[in-house]
Amino acid sequence: MKHHIEGSQAVAHTVALCRPEVMACYPISPQTHIVETLSRKVKAGEIGNCQFLNVESEFGALSVLIGASAMGARTYTATTSQGLLFMAEAVYNAAGLGLPIVMTIANRALGAPINIWNDHSDSMSMRDAGWIQLFAQDNQEAADLHIQAFRLAEELSCPVMVCMDGYILTHAYEVVDLPTQEQVDAYVPAFEPVQVLDPQDPVSIGAMVGPEAFAEVRFLAHHKHVRALEAIPRLSQAFQDIFQRRSGGLMDTYHTDNAETLLLALGSVNGTIKDAVDELRKEGWPVGSIALCAFRPFPSHALRHVVQDAKRIIVFEKDLAVGMGGIVSSDVKMALQGLPIIVDTVIAGLGGRPIPKASVIDTVKQACLEGLEEPHFLDLNWDEINRELTRQQAQRRSGPTAENLLREVGPPGTKPV
Amino acid sequence: MSYQRVKFYQTGTFTVGNRLLDESDRTVQARMDRTNSLNAGHRACQGCGEALGARYALDAVMRATRQQMVAVNATGCLEVFSSPYPESAWQIPWMHSLFGNAPAVASGVAAALRAKGRTDVRVIAQGGDGATVDIGFGCLSGMFERNDDVLYICYDNEAYMNTGVQRSGSTPPRAWTNTTQAVGTNPGNPMGIGKNLPRIAMAHGIPYVATASVADLHDLEAKVTKAMSIRGARYIHIHVPCPLGWKSDPAHTIKVARLAVESGLFPLFEAEGGEVTDRTPIRKKVSVEQYLELQGRFKHLFHPRDERALETIQAIADANIHRYQLLPLKA
Repeated sequence: MKHHIEGSQAVAHTVALCRPEVMACYPISPQTHIVETLSRKVKAGEIGNCQFLNVESEFGALSVLIGASAMGARTYTATTSQGLLFMAEAVYNAAGLGLPIVMTIANRALGAPINIWNDHSDSMSMRDAGWIQLFAQDNQEAADLHIQAFRLAEELSCPVMVCMDGYILTHAYEVVDLPTQEQVDAYVPAFEPVQVLDPQDPVSIGAMVGPEAFAEVRFLAHHKHVRALEAIPRLSQAFQDIFQRRSGGLMDTYHTDNAETLLLALGSVNGTIKDAVDELRKEGWPVGSIALCAFRPFPSHALRHVVQDAKRIIVFEKDLAVGMGGIVSSDVKMALQGLPIIVDTVIAGLGGRPIPKASVIDTVKQACLEGLEEPHFLDLNWDEINRELTRQQAQRRSGPTAENLLREVGPPGTKPV
Repeated sequence: MSYQRVKFYQTGTFTVGNRLLDESDRTVQARMDRTNSLNAGHRACQGCGEALGARYALDAVMRATRQQMVAVNATGCLEVFSSPYPESAWQIPWMHSLFGNAPAVASGVAAALRAKGRTDVRVIAQGGDGATVDIGFGCLSGMFERNDDVLYICYDNEAYMNTGVQRSGSTPPRAWTNTTQAVGTNPGNPMGIGKNLPRIAMAHGIPYVATASVADLHDLEAKVTKAMSIRGARYIHIHVPCPLGWKSDPAHTIKVARLAVESGLFPLFEAEGGEVTDRTPIRKKVSVEQYLELQGRFKHLFHPRDERALETIQAIADANIHRYQLLPLKA
């Protein structure tokens, strides 16, 4: 049934229908609305016998789920940004132990400087942890991906992050078609763990492994992701069969046929990008776009197939590998090696900076006509940067960079962005 | 995997247990029907107090729960010497996740059991002093504060032994470790009383807190058994000498542990709801020197004699004796 609902509420409602048994949560913006709603549902007895633990940190939250999942319970939490970094050790541990935990990441920038707004730096920092990472384009997909995530995680015994843009999606009110309990029950079977702490059949979980077997254990973690490349589209199709709409899959393509230039991005910015593609097409530019849903595992083979006739791919990414450039574009280049395709990196939307359609269009035209420097930063204020560089050269104690720039820019809203 | 049969090397003797006690009061280890949580063949050092304490503690939990138990282990000596793949010495469902999260993992196990409506299976968590008083302290405090149904056992050998003897928040004053070397004007660990976790646990108002020592295994078993008769967050702090880190003779592990108790440096007590309810009186008081001089980690206090340090450590023991009323009050 269709509801006009906040993204976080839609996700909380959907997670509740997936019958989680243990949730452990710690507040951090912008994911708090999700866990607040779930805590109310648990307390009101709307999620069976589900246990909701208010814990002392994000590290504690994921650690609780590690224990609960090893005990055979379906588990869920949500976090973002600094919270994800604070739980980092447990993030790797959960994946290494192969525990099918589902976690929402309300994508947010990483400090310093502290910034609560959206980009993808947080989940990118955990890209090699062994979690499957799925990115939602809108709130319908954010809700739907959680249903697929529980089934995918439990089928493979591998944790899954559902990444949705902080504020842009979590706090946006959109029309979302919320599923029924019967639909979700038909899609998500009961959790059958592959390993469980059972006094009737005692096993040791988390034993120390030396050089004689460590590489093989890691290979098998990679192999799980290789299997996920097959499972993700299959489960997306199975979802469509029951829910009568397309969500998830490895990627979503838009006007890719006969496109010479393809724009590629993760998450909600694909809405803007599709509008930009429409305008550029009207002007006669042969462009299309790809919204990557699966970032881990990275769908290299499927991507090569989709882009094989293109001449240029422009990756718009909300993250920065400092000292290198793009994170997503590096993976794209790796996937396309050997093909005569130019891959451009556009670093955009950091710390909540808007990505206007006009800037996307200008960048595409610039790339096609003149080429782009590598990496290209979208809409940088070069005056501010140069003034700060001058200050730093002029005196040793030039002061904190962020504060210097804020003084120049002035209070929010006093100057046009 | 199924439970292995226990081998009784001493069947037919009275060396294990106390034949003067009624059979129901005899030590768990003396029973013909006992199980083994931690099997022989693990890789602990000779004279390891932690291996001894852990086996007695967990065997008591096994007995109290009729083997319906799960153990969560922090990273540390106990985890490493018991679990190198594929040679786990554990005869119980056992899980190791990280150094600092054993209390939270155990909370998760308890929550899963609640969600599944299972009251028959109980969970314990265990770790060394580093995992407990330092890196896992936040998770431990959270578990206490939520009053999760977990018994947490700390095996306190007073330093990071697994990494090669470095100072922890539980290292006693003036002790040598590799990060508090016996050099300079103030050799060893700087003065202070360290982090007293049993008292911090009591401040959370949890149902049960106790201290125990491998010098009194019968008392240790009784406290674990009592803890398992209670629901909610429980904490037992066990003093376990480490011959490697304390530079003591492996044959002296029990003796050293007993002198810690008899000097007053490691008081044995129980507390319920934040109040001390019982303590083990000192039978024959010894000076702290008798405890310290058996350990190479305190050698610098005697060559040459550091009267000020010895007096300060004696004062700590005397304060414990006064606080917990470990000696009969003088008329």
